Amino acid sequence: MFQNGFKVFRAHHHKTDHHGGPSVDVPRKTHAGSGREVKVVRRVLEANDMMAAAIRKRFAENRVFVLNLMSSPGSGKTTLLEKSLKLLMAEFRCAVIVGDICTSADADRLAVSGAPVVQINTDEFGGDCHLAAHVIEKALEELNLENVDLLIVENIGNLVCPAEFDIGEDRRVVILSVTEGEDKPIKYPLMFRECHAALLNKIDLLPHLDYDVKLAEDNILRVHPGMPVFKTSARTGEGLEPWLEWVRSHAREKLK
Amino acid sequence: MHEMGIAMQIVEIAAASIPSDLTGSRIEIVNLKIGKLSAIVADSLRFCFEVATRDTPLEGSRLHITEVPVRAHCNACRNEWSIEAPDFTCPACRSGDIRLLSGRELDIESIELSEEES
Repeated sequence: MFQNGFKVFRAHHHKTDHHGGPSVDVPRKTHAGSGREVKVVRRVLEANDMMAAAIRKRFAENRVFVLNLMSSPGSGKTTLLEKSLKLLMAEFRCAVIVGDICTSADADRLAVSGAPVVQINTDEFGGDCHLAAHVIEKALEELNLENVDLLIVENIGNLVCPAEFDIGEDRRVVILSVTEGEDKPIKYPLMFRECHAALLNKIDLLPHLDYDVKLAEDNILRVHPGMPVFKTSARTGEGLEPWLEWVRSHAREKLK
Repeated sequence: MHEMGIAMQIVEIAAASIPSDLTGSRIEIVNLKIGKLSAIVADSLRFCFEVATRDTPLEGSRLHITEVPVRAHCNACRNEWSIEAPDFTCPACRSGDIRLLSGRELDIESIELSEEES
């Protein structure tokens, strides 16, 4: 894979640029090692990044627009996807990759749409809490990309890990439901920084909750100023149209 | 939550980084840079690293983690600052048109080898 120019030198310098909290290391007085430091300078996730780049190229060659949908468990992601698929399929040939640690319950629900659905159970891959590029590559064996315009990946319900892994998508979307607390965006800033749009789902429940929609939206915009925020109810269909129009316009842009 | 996968990648990259003329050496320390915005828990990573290094050339080595602050550049007023709270608007002009300069790192900087042959 990567060929590194190794530079071996005696390590006598000590890094002083620490901003450590309790869990990171304080500057060392001496190296515990007896002296040889070998420069590496490689991204830990480089293997994933390279595979994601290769997948992205395949998507481009086959003119497939890819959405990566992320959220915490129980935000209404699958219901939203069921409803969205039905409306998007009028214009695009859709396919879905759905990730779960186990069960095929979501795939069964989504297959009703008639779109090809590939279920990934990450318990085969060690029970991972996110979809990584190699898992997507495996799922693509089941899909004929020539017959797909819009591929939606329903990531594993988790607001932490999926944000760290590029899977070759064009746009990342985070779904937050109004039963989850207004402070989620500032508790999981990486997710909200990495995404291109946010959905505030289950708004049909608002009359029953003490939920401050404005605060939730302000928190999203504090972490990601200017990000589009769509207020939706997958159950009633309220607010779906602006969200779908956002998807359509980005998909058309890539497919034209 | 995905620290085990990360730890395994670190072991793979570090083991492959031992120069061919030093293959008898043991890795004592892996120097890692982690941006403060990364979704990595250092203590959890250390625990996973210990497990992941068993029966590898890295067994017994330790992770030395340097945390990298989240630095941002404002495209509107060219201000540069460190983001401490989850607020990504420019403190000088309140613009949201910003670019992150650092804070997303998850990089292996170097490995430190013992000199004695094992």
